[in-house]
Amino acid sequence: MAEIVVNGRPRDLTGVPPHTNVLDFLRAAGLTGAKEGCAEGECGACAVMVARPAADGSEAAEWTAINSCLVPAAALDGQEVVTAEGLGAPGALHPVQQELAARGGSQCGYCTPGFVCSMGAEYYRADRAPAGDGGPRDQYHGANGFDLHAISGNLCRCTGYRPIKDAAFALGFPPADDVIGLRRTAAAPAAMATELRGDEATYVRPASLAEALYLLGEDAGAVVVAGSTDWGVDVNLRGRRGGLVIAVDRLPELRGFSVTDAEVRMGAALTLTEIDRRLAGRLPLVSALIAQFGSRLIRNSATLGGNLGTGSPIGDAPPGLLALEASVVLASAEGSRTLPLADYFTGYRESTRRPDELITEVVVPRPVSGLTAFHKIAKRPFDDISSVAVGYALDLVDGVVRRARIGLGGVAAMPIRALATEAALEGRPWTAETVDAASAVLAAEGTPISDQRASAAYRSAMLGQSIRKLFAEATP
Amino acid sequence: MTTIARPVGTPLSRRPDDPVVGTPLPHESAVLHVTGQALYTDDLVGRTSNVLHAHPVQAPHAHATITGLDVAAAYDVPGVVRVLTDADVPGTNDAGVKHDEPLFPTEVMYHGHAICWVLGESLEAARQGAAAVRATYAELPALLTVEEAIAAASFQGARPTLARGDSAAGMGRAARVFEGVTSFAGQEHFYLETHCSLALVDENGQVFVQSSTQHPTETQEIVAHVLSVPSHAVTVQCLRMGGGFGGKEMQPHGLAAVAALGATLTGRPVRVRLTRAQDMTMTGKRHGFHAAWTAGFDADGLFTALEATLTSDGGWSLDLSEPVLSRAMCHVDNAYWIPDITVHGRIARTHKTSQTAFRGFGGPQGMLVIEDIIGRCAPALGIDPAELRRRNFYAEGQATPYGQPVRHPGRLLAAWEQVAGTSSLAARRAEIDRWNGRERHRKRGIAITPVKFGISFNLTAFNQAGALVHVYKDGSVLVTHGGTEMGQGLHTKMLQVAATALRVPLERVRLAPTRTDKVPNTSATAASASADLNGGAVKDACEQILGRLEPIRDQLRDPSWEELVAAAYRERVQLWAAGFYKTEGLSWDAAAMSGHPFKYFAYGAAVSEVEVDGFTGAYTTRRVDIVHDVGDSLSPLVDLGQIEGGFVQGAGWLTLEDLRWDVSDGPGRGRLTTQAASTYKLPSFSELPEQFHVALLDEAHEDGVVYGSKAVGEPPLMLALSVREALRDACAAFGPAGHSVELASPATPEAVYWALCAARAAGRAS
Repeated sequence: MAEIVVNGRPRDLTGVPPHTNVLDFLRAAGLTGAKEGCAEGECGACAVMVARPAADGSEAAEWTAINSCLVPAAALDGQEVVTAEGLGAPGALHPVQQELAARGGSQCGYCTPGFVCSMGAEYYRADRAPAGDGGPRDQYHGANGFDLHAISGNLCRCTGYRPIKDAAFALGFPPADDVIGLRRTAAAPAAMATELRGDEATYVRPASLAEALYLLGEDAGAVVVAGSTDWGVDVNLRGRRGGLVIAVDRLPELRGFSVTDAEVRMGAALTLTEIDRRLAGRLPLVSALIAQFGSRLIRNSATLGGNLGTGSPIGDAPPGLLALEASVVLASAEGSRTLPLADYFTGYRESTRRPDELITEVVVPRPVSGLTAFHKIAKRPFDDISSVAVGYALDLVDGVVRRARIGLGGVAAMPIRALATEAALEGRPWTAETVDAASAVLAAEGTPISDQRASAAYRSAMLGQSIRKLFAEATP
Repeated sequence: MTTIARPVGTPLSRRPDDPVVGTPLPHESAVLHVTGQALYTDDLVGRTSNVLHAHPVQAPHAHATITGLDVAAAYDVPGVVRVLTDADVPGTNDAGVKHDEPLFPTEVMYHGHAICWVLGESLEAARQGAAAVRATYAELPALLTVEEAIAAASFQGARPTLARGDSAAGMGRAARVFEGVTSFAGQEHFYLETHCSLALVDENGQVFVQSSTQHPTETQEIVAHVLSVPSHAVTVQCLRMGGGFGGKEMQPHGLAAVAALGATLTGRPVRVRLTRAQDMTMTGKRHGFHAAWTAGFDADGLFTALEATLTSDGGWSLDLSEPVLSRAMCHVDNAYWIPDITVHGRIARTHKTSQTAFRGFGGPQGMLVIEDIIGRCAPALGIDPAELRRRNFYAEGQATPYGQPVRHPGRLLAAWEQVAGTSSLAARRAEIDRWNGRERHRKRGIAITPVKFGISFNLTAFNQAGALVHVYKDGSVLVTHGGTEMGQGLHTKMLQVAATALRVPLERVRLAPTRTDKVPNTSATAASASADLNGGAVKDACEQILGRLEPIRDQLRDPSWEELVAAAYRERVQLWAAGFYKTEGLSWDAAAMSGHPFKYFAYGAAVSEVEVDGFTGAYTTRRVDIVHDVGDSLSPLVDLGQIEGGFVQGAGWLTLEDLRWDVSDGPGRGRLTTQAASTYKLPSFSELPEQFHVALLDEAHEDGVVYGSKAVGEPPLMLALSVREALRDACAAFGPAGHSVELASPATPEAVYWALCAARAAGRAS
């Protein structure tokens, strides 16, 4: 029987329509702590904690905060969820709840249960270390190692955040007998092979890659989902229901990770949080783009495969991966092929991926260029969508640009390489004069449009400014 | 000769020893908030059986006549129970108090206008039913921007003029006269809880509506007139709201009426809950304004005169646009003495959502105009903007342009000097100038701005409130008052007021949800005045009860509260009371735009420092210091939260939040293009100032207000003007001395980038 364990109690999934998200499922069960604020994963009012395999790949379970509005309830078959109600109750507050309540961290209170869950997950993060013990210390990290990025996907319209920050930084560490903390010592629940049928749609979590590829081969219209951070928005905001929805996020073949001298191979269904943790800084450009990719709540669900699969021209991964000359591995029932990412995109949300193919891996060749950077232009530094994004990978030898790879997002119908700019740089000395000339070329790349995020003029200007900024910051 | 220490203040403002007011307490619902136990209107749906869900049919044109509406296909969708159209309205087909907002329109007045509503067994069924409705339209020309409306002379409502002296003569006295236009955008409320109503009908036809409303009485009245029943047949309750900010003052009424109409017609509970996109495309926002101005300064930089025409973007109907405009005009002076002044006001009618109340209610718009004038003129006058502001402050004995004496101007100066001191403004100014001299690609800016904000509703009649205080036989106390709780901490303060007035521990007092059958004829929870008004009413009720208890107390020897109450009951003393309060001394002539509309002014001053990236225009707020006047705080933790939260919300309006409509001539003309959290960005953690210091002004006791306190909800929002002025200062640092920076509002990174480019260009030109 399909069920989700919520706050320690199994809840039956029978009869739940496949499009029903975890948020609505919880609320229908009478757990109204999680709230709908936007239904598109932007506000965090619906955040809950789920027990997941640790992001660093170790055995232990890890409490991971996600937006419950984006995930179909079916996706959590067999999984364990903790909501604000499960963390504590009046008279027995959880430390996160205690600090938030006492410090004025809630005003209207509507966003608060979501904050509680995002903060709870960070409270239980296994590698959270006090600043004195090697943890980072900056404006976004408390002396207790609490990383404010953990709540970058939670919006509060009342407090102005200061008391929430103070509450976060006042937290201690879980005591040894903390039941929710102790859950981390055992393995996370395994993924269940699931099939949930409704009137309009069917949600399937295949047991193997072979089964997934078979289903994909049978139904060209099937929707492939991993973290559902894109599909969930379509379901909630655009009323899309899908016919066959195939969940691939827990397939082992899509969750591999390896680093050799020659390449980094990243499973397409690893979450961005998992990739960041496992890379541990070995691809600074990828770490930089992940740090600016959505919010922690999104990164805990979103995958590279999804970001490339949806093929959005404003996805944050492609500009960086294009600069790194990444390849994608596409698998079908007939076998697999490896394709340079530069040959993957063909138009607005279009690619050379056939309907029966699945992205299984992203491969970045090593060694990586010496000068890499990721520039993202947006209205808001946390959790915003790019107006323009630029990924750089430059090889400088004796002050000369030997090789330049530049990926662009937000300036054309699809992510593109800035080929003319690359040509304007290669073979030339890395000097202000070269950069001036390249800046003019870069500003003319693509065909930017004006929309609610930015004007075309600003987008072009930002392209031109980007390389000047790179030069200024790389030239002390 | 000895001086006898007299108690401070009036009977209303004086505090007893050891008052519960003044204690820093968390929000009264904080424990419920953090545990997910606090209930909001939509949380009641799961506790109500047999609920029908409503979904609107939204028109896809900004302006059109509805030429056909065929709802038959909706009934073919399984689960659709009823489609509500204008033919179903038994009473007045209107959702407002100005009778210009048909609940079911025949003419579409904005993109997304709801033309009918579908009720379904599930939200999914209602949504699909709404999609099946066939409507046809004859498109009409649409006005989208204020500029378009001005060109077409499309205005609505009153066109007031506020004048004092002879502004033409004042201009004649000026050493320098400047002209300009200041246009700026509105703001989406983005309360985290979207609008929600849940209506039930009982066996007698009594309608009970639970609604996320800041104005339960008006919601009750609108529901009653739509249903054609008397007000006593409708009860409205609000448990709490997930934020309001003015957006739930007028806008809930029509939605509650749809729920009530549906419940009346079907006999079943009906839930109307807007999705975020529906909320953003259907409900009103802060008014954007267009201001054309001429300002005169004498040789010392003192204002001689101001002439301005303020045109607000009212959207399709009047709503609260007239009082918002009045307040804007009454705050165009902000903290400054302007001897000769003429301000014209008018409200553009455009084909957009009907813009409405939003925290500050026109005050922010008025102040933005004068601060923009000062920020732009200061470089030309060769006077540091901080000094120019300070020089023009009101002095004791001076009056506002509408004739109200400015009381306690010294408190504004005290706040200003205190924050200048604690922020080390002068030293940091010098340090920033040195830093800017060294850095080519980044510049910092710093600015100090004042706030003077009038407290009370301009319309005198609204300045009244009621409360109902029950003392039960066991000594426990239940307080009901007319105000609603939306996170601002009103209920917390009212608990503190009741505990103080009755001299009982806080734990003995409980607060009941706001409902119209407990306290009738309430004013909106708005204008920051709810603690003043409802606090006065709660205190009055408590004192009535205490007065009745005094003879009993005299008969007993030092009784405990419980003993006193029990004895009083035995003596047949009434242990409950209805309290009432009205603000004394107010007057307002709306036609002449003159009088004494405000009980007092709330003051504050803020210093903000920003750093701007010259490559992109991106910026960070490095530090903010605030000294704000809340009188003697009723609840310091609550007040601190209001100041910080108001400031960040104001900074969001001025820098980040960017409402965009499709103003092209394409098929999407009039569509709100920022109708989601993914496109409309609020301040998040990344906008929290790196350092944020807030202090309450000392020695700020306010006579004639409950326990010496002052209102706090709105005034701090306008302290965020300091961020905008700091950005202007940083942009100026990219250009030559004396360059006047024109900065769009909101000052998004893109706007800042263009402003600093203009400054650089001025440098190259000079």
